[in-house]
Amino acid sequence: MTEQKRRNGAALAAERLGERVYAMVQELGAIFTLFLQFLSWMPRPPSEIRNILKQMEEVGVRSMPVVLVTATFTGMVLALQSYSGFQRFQATSFVGSVVALSITRELGPVFAGLMVSGRVGAAMAAELGTMKVTEQIDALVTLATNPVKYLVVPRVVAATLVLPVLVVFADLVGILGGYFVSVYLLGSNPYVYVAKTYQYLEFKDIYTGLVKASVFGMLIALISCHHGFVAEGGAEGVGRATTRAVVASSMMVLISDYFMTSFMF
Amino acid sequence: MIEIRGLSKRFGKKVVLDGLDLTVPKGKNTVVIGGSGTGKSVLIKCVVGLLRPDAGEIRIGGEDVTRMDERELVRVRRKFGMLFQGSALFDSLDVGDNVAFALRRLKMFPERQIQDVVEEKLTMVGLRDIQRLMPSELSGGMKKRVGLARAIAAEPDILLYDEPTTGLDPIMADVINGLIVALRESLGVTSISITHDMASAYKIADTIAMLYKGKIVEVGTPAEIRGSSNPVVRQFVEGRAHGPITAESEEFVRFVRRRDGAAAGEEER
Repeated sequence: MTEQKRRNGAALAAERLGERVYAMVQELGAIFTLFLQFLSWMPRPPSEIRNILKQMEEVGVRSMPVVLVTATFTGMVLALQSYSGFQRFQATSFVGSVVALSITRELGPVFAGLMVSGRVGAAMAAELGTMKVTEQIDALVTLATNPVKYLVVPRVVAATLVLPVLVVFADLVGILGGYFVSVYLLGSNPYVYVAKTYQYLEFKDIYTGLVKASVFGMLIALISCHHGFVAEGGAEGVGRATTRAVVASSMMVLISDYFMTSFMF
Repeated sequence: MIEIRGLSKRFGKKVVLDGLDLTVPKGKNTVVIGGSGTGKSVLIKCVVGLLRPDAGEIRIGGEDVTRMDERELVRVRRKFGMLFQGSALFDSLDVGDNVAFALRRLKMFPERQIQDVVEEKLTMVGLRDIQRLMPSELSGGMKKRVGLARAIAAEPDILLYDEPTTGLDPIMADVINGLIVALRESLGVTSISITHDMASAYKIADTIAMLYKGKIVEVGTPAEIRGSSNPVVRQFVEGRAHGPITAESEEFVRFVRRRDGAAAGEEER
């Protein structure tokens, strides 16, 4: 009897796991399909230039403060941590190199990506989700306008273009944050610090970071638009879509980061 | 003319439309009545190509829209205007931009003329000087009228009304009814309305069709429907709680009562 029960429990668990995996694969498929639709609608007229600029303001200008604050503190804490570690084998002069490399290669793009996932991903999913449940997306279709063309193309284009710009600023203030902590709080020699920052930093470190940022921007916008489009069931459904968009796009930022890093080395 | 033959649509296991036939004559207003959740919205969403039916055909001017790809559908949809139940105004755009939306997308007029067209359409629905208001600043009745102005802006041949009077007070509902009749007369458009508001149906319809269990069970003029001998139609138009439509749910209520009664009896023992 109990043996039977246990077996049923295991079967049930396996079934649930199977359902979850199935749903995830289905979702990835849907997002990929949205990407293909994006590609096919992007070059067709009319150009959505005004919408793209509006979205660039939304994604870029309005995310700037959050991204800058995050990057500054990341640079600062990085300087503190690596100083206390490097002190143990008298290598504190390398703090500048570590900060510069970590920020440009990894932390600048990833933290900007995560911040934008939270801020912009949520906003996109909520806006499109509300449009979906109030039939505004159906209304677009009846007004001879493709929703992918009108809503997704401007958002994806804007996020793809703007995220690298955000990251350039993030890199800059991150490195400055590290400099500030090292020089003014930990008493490092400013000339050595600056020299070490330049010594090991290559142009490749910066541009691979920017390429990553661009991909993050595209993924965040695609995922968030997808979750908005499939929202169902009033305000509660929009809330769920928003949460899912933020969780999924943050996860995708970190997962895709690993794979891009392993390819670009 | 719109001709619908054998239209079927299911969601999962739930069959919503089950071989529905309906002919919508040109220049007339056909009203589809039926209870909530009987698939009235699904029907008009299939007509405009927002939903793909599982089977059947919908011929609009001889062309079957169910077999069209997205590109052809875009062309056919230019013939349509649709008024949504909740108006579905774009809340990031003001009233003027809402009404002008299709005109700008389709580049039907130069930008200078668009303002005049928008004003003309808003006047047709009895509104003026509200172009710069946002949808959130409007009352329900005003939203419906702006939605109507937006639907007729690109001069469609076919108008679809999804519950045009739902959620409005009786006076505003009558204003909307009056507008629907006036638009048919002045523009000569073919229209399909779906509603469960019988007062509205009698007022705006040339033909009334009753949707029940996925099929059209009766078609007739308002007078014919009012005098119908079909028990399903009679229950609906007279708005009675007891009858064939609710028989199943009544049966269920009786079953639950009996079971609970039996359970209570057992406890007492």
